[in-house]
Amino acid sequence: MKYIYDFSFLTSKIHNWFLAHCSSGWTILWEMVIVGLCAITLFVVLGLIFVYMERKVAAFMQFRLGPNRVGPKGTLQAVADTVKLLMKEGFTPQAADMFLFNLAPFIVLSVSMLALAPLPFAKGLQIYDINIGVFYISAVSSISVIGILIAGWASNNKYSLLGAMRSGAQIVSYELSAGLSVIAIVAFAGSMSLSDIVESQRTGWWIFKGHIPAVIAFVIFIIAGTAELNRAPFDMAEAESELTGGFHTEYTGMRFAMFFLAEYVNMFVVCAIGATLFLGGWMPLHFGNLSGFNHIMDYVPPFVWFFGKTFFLVWVIMWFRWTFPRLRIDQLLTLEWKYLMPISLVNMIIVAFVVIMKWHF
Amino acid sequence: MKFLIEYIGTIFKSLGSLWNGMRLTLYYFFHPKEIHTQQYPDNRDTLTLGERFRGEVVMPHDENNEHKCTGCTSCELACPNGTIKILYKNVVDETTGKKKKAIDEFVYHLGMCTFCNLCIIACPTDAIKMSHDFEHSTFDRKSLTKILNKPGSKLMKGVE
Amino acid sequence: MIDKEEIEDLTQAHEEDFILNVGPQHPSTHGVLRLKIKLQGETVTHIEPHLGYIHRSIEKMCEASSYRNFIYLTSRMDYLSAHMNNQACAMVVEKGLQLEIPKRAKVIRILMSELTRLASHQLWWACTGLDLGATTPFFVGFRDREVILDIFDETCGSRLTMDYNVPGGIMFDIHPNFQKNVHAFLKGFKKNLPEYHQLLTGNVIFQNRTKGVGYLSPEDTISFGCSGPTARGSGVSCDIRKWQPYDGYEDVQFNEVLETAGDCYARYLVRMREMEESVKIIEQLIDNIPEGDFQAKTKAVLKLPKGEFYSRVETARGELGVYLVSDGTSKPYRMKFRSPNFSNLSALREIAVGGKIGDLVANMAMLDLVIPDIDR
Repeated sequence: MKYIYDFSFLTSKIHNWFLAHCSSGWTILWEMVIVGLCAITLFVVLGLIFVYMERKVAAFMQFRLGPNRVGPKGTLQAVADTVKLLMKEGFTPQAADMFLFNLAPFIVLSVSMLALAPLPFAKGLQIYDINIGVFYISAVSSISVIGILIAGWASNNKYSLLGAMRSGAQIVSYELSAGLSVIAIVAFAGSMSLSDIVESQRTGWWIFKGHIPAVIAFVIFIIAGTAELNRAPFDMAEAESELTGGFHTEYTGMRFAMFFLAEYVNMFVVCAIGATLFLGGWMPLHFGNLSGFNHIMDYVPPFVWFFGKTFFLVWVIMWFRWTFPRLRIDQLLTLEWKYLMPISLVNMIIVAFVVIMKWHF
Repeated sequence: MKFLIEYIGTIFKSLGSLWNGMRLTLYYFFHPKEIHTQQYPDNRDTLTLGERFRGEVVMPHDENNEHKCTGCTSCELACPNGTIKILYKNVVDETTGKKKKAIDEFVYHLGMCTFCNLCIIACPTDAIKMSHDFEHSTFDRKSLTKILNKPGSKLMKGVE
Repeated sequence: MIDKEEIEDLTQAHEEDFILNVGPQHPSTHGVLRLKIKLQGETVTHIEPHLGYIHRSIEKMCEASSYRNFIYLTSRMDYLSAHMNNQACAMVVEKGLQLEIPKRAKVIRILMSELTRLASHQLWWACTGLDLGATTPFFVGFRDREVILDIFDETCGSRLTMDYNVPGGIMFDIHPNFQKNVHAFLKGFKKNLPEYHQLLTGNVIFQNRTKGVGYLSPEDTISFGCSGPTARGSGVSCDIRKWQPYDGYEDVQFNEVLETAGDCYARYLVRMREMEESVKIIEQLIDNIPEGDFQAKTKAVLKLPKGEFYSRVETARGELGVYLVSDGTSKPYRMKFRSPNFSNLSALREIAVGGKIGDLVANMAMLDLVIPDIDR
């Protein structure tokens, strides 16, 4: 079956054009440059949109107006903030470890960018269709904790160190239940490649097809994902009312902005994975036999579906942040080890049973 | 078994309580009419302050550049933190030709004022009152020391 | 109680001890309180409060100003219950002058006190949410508080440090719109109060953060001299409004709110229920303000007879005592304030040692400290 929007002809055209003009080695190099530029542009734009969105969502949930001075309806506020951060002095504390202190933001940011590689934005619009995409993302996103630990330790600040230690304990433990809930979908789809998982949802999204186990896995994924992002109610690493700024207390200017950007990029990646695995990625919304409705939905471009679902999940995570109080560090670990982890283990067994009995659609 | 029921009960109860809070933020998110923000510098024209609002001490002058301050220092004595200082000069009364004491400068240190309204109450001739001007910020601290009587002003006739 | 041997000087800390300075500039100390805490991992093993960062010697300044003037300095102690501070000072002067103030002034004073208490508790609720990491409560609390401040603005001329009390009564009569506006506020607040419970009280995260955290036994409450909601959360009945009614509280029907659990959640519930009691008091009085003078006649220069005078009021945080020694001149010979926050702070070590850093923040939020009142 053909898709109305298929971008593979576009990518193959670019690939062939390069092959015709230079050697295969140069082709790969040029393609990498283009992809890198696209990724960086995407993330800068996403960062700006997310900052603006977060502030507006927060404002509306708290019956405020939010930014409304810079640009029409305050849309340029995020740009103004970025300019401000760029102009600020990049301050390094005297007692800090100079090299590691400056390295940490780059690690955190580049790790969150690496996780972009296997995400399918549309049919054929994917940087690297790796056959272990899910596994790759789980592996890469674990590295960001190293950046945070380095930042906390190299700052030579007690608050930063406490924040970094909290973050370490938190990300390492929440990775388990996030991974286990992802495995539920891998079991349903029978593949670890993200494009295959999207393809398997042609007849319906996994959250509908997978019965209750998929819903449980989705809820656990969202909770664990929020925790991995270090966002409220799990913002133990920052915890501004306890640790003033957590691991980035000592960072100023652009290096602080990189942590800030990395947080939003991570949020995008987590939500994009959630949308891809549970909500059908770029697949349009289809209802069983309503072929007229389904046909209209097919005409909506796939990246609209993809970004729409992702932004919906981002909004949900923001909704969490602006409603809940923060957990305490021991309660955070209790939640993971006594609730999420056993539930997701049991859930995985149920999923395996459902898959073996072929009860899913 | 009992443990399991309790365990699952806790989970559902917790999720219920979380949803309860989320309902409220969701309600406000979709009801922009509830927004309470006052857009302050823009709404200067429509801003209403209570008639008793204490902005700063001012001395009203009439059209003949005359005020009602006799210089009795009631306000100076009433002030808890020495905000007001009255300086005198001698003027010659035009009708009688006698020399008379009158205020030269009514010095008011806005930076020290706590806006307690005691000077206004103490004033026997209602020479000073509180204005509604509240935008006092300035780049120069010196400009916070104000002289309330206008240059060349005189005591109003009939006020003693 | 902590044993004497356990109290060690943190200046002689060992090298392996993890000492953390919380404050003087810290988001959750609500001002310039500095806590030197010793940590074992995340667990707080020792707390040493350092005071004096906002000491303005208000007691000494009072001794330099006349009996009419010193009242207005005390608004700056506990600025969230400024009216009650002023009331206590006005009462002590009235006691010295043996002045009976008009009934109307008394009722208006109570009304303003209860409105101040409501505003203070709303701000406390808002900041509690913020301390525990939830931002929306901050705006919900401030939204309702704003209405009260507007009422103050209209009647008293000022929003926070209202300076409404004078020896002998109140400064002005109430504004004609006062009763109407208070009715409107009560209506709105009663509608909004369930939102407070919806957002924070019932929340499972909030309950886990506060239930069983920071236990303070009734014995310790008394020995530390805690008062107000902090003590009433431990089941110690200490409401001055009930025990030593002043300014006509004896004629008002209300309950003293008591919780016996002694933890943060109990202190939270006491304050939440106190708001309902305040609403009850206001409802009883708002339509029954007696006619008459709002100020008793006083001399231009007040002189108290030789002697000692003491008055106490229940502020939003506990018992405020004003002790005044007069030598017969127009200025006090000695002033001493027994401020509720100072005593409440002394219980912090007892309740927060052994908890996590997050518990320390929750405990400070539930003690509802106002730092200028500690230092004065």
